[in-house]
Amino acid sequence: MSAHVIDSQVIVQTEHKEQENYLTAGYSLKSWFLTLDHKRIAILYLISVTAMFFVGGVFASLMRLELMTPQSDLFEPDNFNKLFTMHGIVMVFFFIIPAVPGVLGNFLLPLMIGAKDVAFPRLNLLSWYVYIVGAAFTMFTIVSGGVDTGWTFYTPYSTSSSQTHVVPVVLGLFITGFSSILTGLNFMVTIHRMRAPGLSWFRLPLMVWSIYATSIIQILGTPVIAVTLMMAGLEKVLRIGIFDPNLGGDPVLFQHLFWFYSHPAVYIMIVPGMGVINEVVTCFSRRSIFGYRAIAFANVGFVVFSFVVWGHHMIVAGQSVYSALIFSILSYLVGIFSAIKVFNWTATMYKGSISFDTPMLYVFGFQGLFLIGGLTGLFLAALGFDVHVHDTYFVVAHFHYVMVGGLVMAFLAGIHFWWPKMFGRKYPESIARFSMILIFAGFNLTFFPQFILGYLGMPRRYASYPDEFQVLNIMSTAGGSVLGLGFLLTAAYMIWSLFFGKEAGKNPWKATGLEWEKTTSPPPTENFFETPTVDEEPYNYANRDFTKDFNEEVKVGA
Amino acid sequence: MHSSDHSAHHPALAHHFQDLDQQKDATWLAMWVFLATEIMFFGGLFLAYVIYRSSYPDAFAIASNALNVNMGLGNTFVLIISSFTMAMSVYSAQMGQIGRLVVFLILTLILGSTFLGVKYFEYKDKFESHLVPGRHFDFAHHHDPKTGELLEGAHSESANKATEAHSSGHSEKAKREIQIFFSLYFAMTGLHAFHMIIGAGLLTWLIVLALKGRFSREYNSPVELVGLYWHFVDIVWIFLFPLLYLIGRHHHG
Amino acid sequence: MSDDHSKHHIVQPSTYAAILGALLVFTVLTYYVAFIDLGVLSNFVAMGIAVTKGALVVLFFMHIFYSTRLLWVVVVGSFGWLALMLILTLGDYVTRHWDIQQRIFF
Repeated sequence: MSAHVIDSQVIVQTEHKEQENYLTAGYSLKSWFLTLDHKRIAILYLISVTAMFFVGGVFASLMRLELMTPQSDLFEPDNFNKLFTMHGIVMVFFFIIPAVPGVLGNFLLPLMIGAKDVAFPRLNLLSWYVYIVGAAFTMFTIVSGGVDTGWTFYTPYSTSSSQTHVVPVVLGLFITGFSSILTGLNFMVTIHRMRAPGLSWFRLPLMVWSIYATSIIQILGTPVIAVTLMMAGLEKVLRIGIFDPNLGGDPVLFQHLFWFYSHPAVYIMIVPGMGVINEVVTCFSRRSIFGYRAIAFANVGFVVFSFVVWGHHMIVAGQSVYSALIFSILSYLVGIFSAIKVFNWTATMYKGSISFDTPMLYVFGFQGLFLIGGLTGLFLAALGFDVHVHDTYFVVAHFHYVMVGGLVMAFLAGIHFWWPKMFGRKYPESIARFSMILIFAGFNLTFFPQFILGYLGMPRRYASYPDEFQVLNIMSTAGGSVLGLGFLLTAAYMIWSLFFGKEAGKNPWKATGLEWEKTTSPPPTENFFETPTVDEEPYNYANRDFTKDFNEEVKVGA
Repeated sequence: MHSSDHSAHHPALAHHFQDLDQQKDATWLAMWVFLATEIMFFGGLFLAYVIYRSSYPDAFAIASNALNVNMGLGNTFVLIISSFTMAMSVYSAQMGQIGRLVVFLILTLILGSTFLGVKYFEYKDKFESHLVPGRHFDFAHHHDPKTGELLEGAHSESANKATEAHSSGHSEKAKREIQIFFSLYFAMTGLHAFHMIIGAGLLTWLIVLALKGRFSREYNSPVELVGLYWHFVDIVWIFLFPLLYLIGRHHHG
Repeated sequence: MSDDHSKHHIVQPSTYAAILGALLVFTVLTYYVAFIDLGVLSNFVAMGIAVTKGALVVLFFMHIFYSTRLLWVVVVGSFGWLALMLILTLGDYVTRHWDIQQRIFF
């Protein structure tokens, strides 16, 4: 890619609308599919994870339809097994894990640290292609009949009994894992080596700290799932015994290896979402973040503690009682870091000048739902209670409150917050607020009844259930349709805004940060017209004069 | 932050870096982080090894004695010497001695290929004596190192008094456990050999670049990075050799 | 980020040769020790030698001895994480057949 050295003099003389930005830098397919620009790669990710989100959503809707009646009438139990498995695989590996790092991380990281690009742009593009290849294997599995093992692929069922397409989907996930590793590696090096002059560690926006923590978890955890899936695949193909008890293996070892990655993966999902919250909550409270260092180090705490609690997934799986005790205690400790963050965000809002724009509404949604998700996580970390509700809908509701109520809310907050920066257009605010309320209400109606169902003893992963659970299940299905409507509406007005939205201008939210204050919307290909320097703490809202209209003040490069 | 006087316009400098120093720092860090992922990748297999070896110590000792320790030892020497020639390649590149660089790279490639060749004969031997896990796996005609007896049936007396009563069942159990050893043996050495093959490809690529005159005192990062990779693969073997080849060898003596 | 560390230290051939010698000696040692019956100790000896050899390669062949603190952290961190995985998983296997009725702790 040839270096565009743009003279700042020329830019000032050019009309605002005619400035070249990363979107107008080229229109050919080649300029998109062979791009090395981190912002275009972010758009590629945005399109692909959104597509995967709707694929996963279709599976969820079909499941909810089946669960409207106590009998398994719409689907055979076998097909229901495939539905929840494919829903889990698509949502976990192809939506939630890459969503925030792939889309917002890619777009924002170089902008936030004042760099022209990530450290290794080619590797960045490769990550996306690797993701697509992995997704293609999974899509192949879906159209060729699906998989019924659950997204956890527990042995020995997955390696010796299941007659479905375990091998292609395992191969797909193995490949996708490398996408995650490469992204993490790229981001980690970028944060270490590409920061703008003056941007010391404690001047970084907390979103960058979150991405950093996420990257380390991806780097240290993902290889383990790769080798685990490799072993399971070998066992399936070659009939060798590594995990199969009939051949002398230990299936619990598979669970250890699986959860050594898959529990930290929960933090790969939620930590970048928390990063988004930091940026949004300060902007719409017009206040500096409360407890910057505490939040920054809480990220480090997540890196360490996310790796030492995996055994709480295996409390009834046959691991030793002593091990379960240790994992239970450690699981309680990891709650401290979530609490630090939630308390500090609340304290940031205290006596702030709060405005209720859409991104902020999503932050409120996140705060409440993540709180419920986190606290029920503590219930589940308690040994006695876990034995009672293990493999019931209580667990399902818990992790959906964290994943959808936490991460999806945060992702939508971030997408709404940075949409004007990404595309230079504003979405219709009132429809967006309405749609947020739909999603929030729909979400609670879907998943709160599941807490009750689980507590009453309805097991997960069954197509049929006793008659007395029907009312709560119908509520859940009704909520699911409201939720789905909210997502569709969001997609519709976002796409509409690309063509008909109002010009956003450089800094519509009057936010701090290099991406808002030092470049245009959308930014040019190399992000900044000259290398920015930083000489203050982040979120310095106290030092900004908000009486002036920031958009008028734009003097690019001045 | 970074001075950009002498190296700012080097042809190997990517546009988004300030200068060659920043680029070099970034690639070194990236390589080490990549090696960290490799450590965890092999780590999963090492964990499986530790668990099964502590569960089935006797079977692992018996199975380990079926490996050809001389080939393993020879390969260890070959790989360690190749690590040295790789280090010397890096030194030559850093000193700008391109002729010596090519010589040491070729030596490293030859030693790496020797390792793979020996590995091929080891695998071939295992395949012919039915030690590859799967349907044709069979350990019956191998000897117990403690007693020198054939494993079938008689094995249980010496190995485990408690299960004496079920001697025929025990033989089946021993076979399963020995098969787990060989599953891990092939998974670990196979993955290692796969890394060696990639390393040989990288070495070939370096030799071509060096002959084209791409490297100099100022720019030799690819040699250094492939060096790191090659040394890492060497370290994996340093652990694999005692873990796989040298268990329970003292029963012979 | 200091500017000093980017000037990479060049390790001399004499150092490389000394490390090569040490590695070869340790290899011979680990081979012969394996044929001596040390009971449980033989595992520790074999692993001790392997760790020493690995450390020599990391420190000198891979230049970590001369590197920045950040690279030290990466190396120590990644082996530390591996140890974390091994220890916590082994914790399960070691205690799995303990009898909870025996009240080991109190």
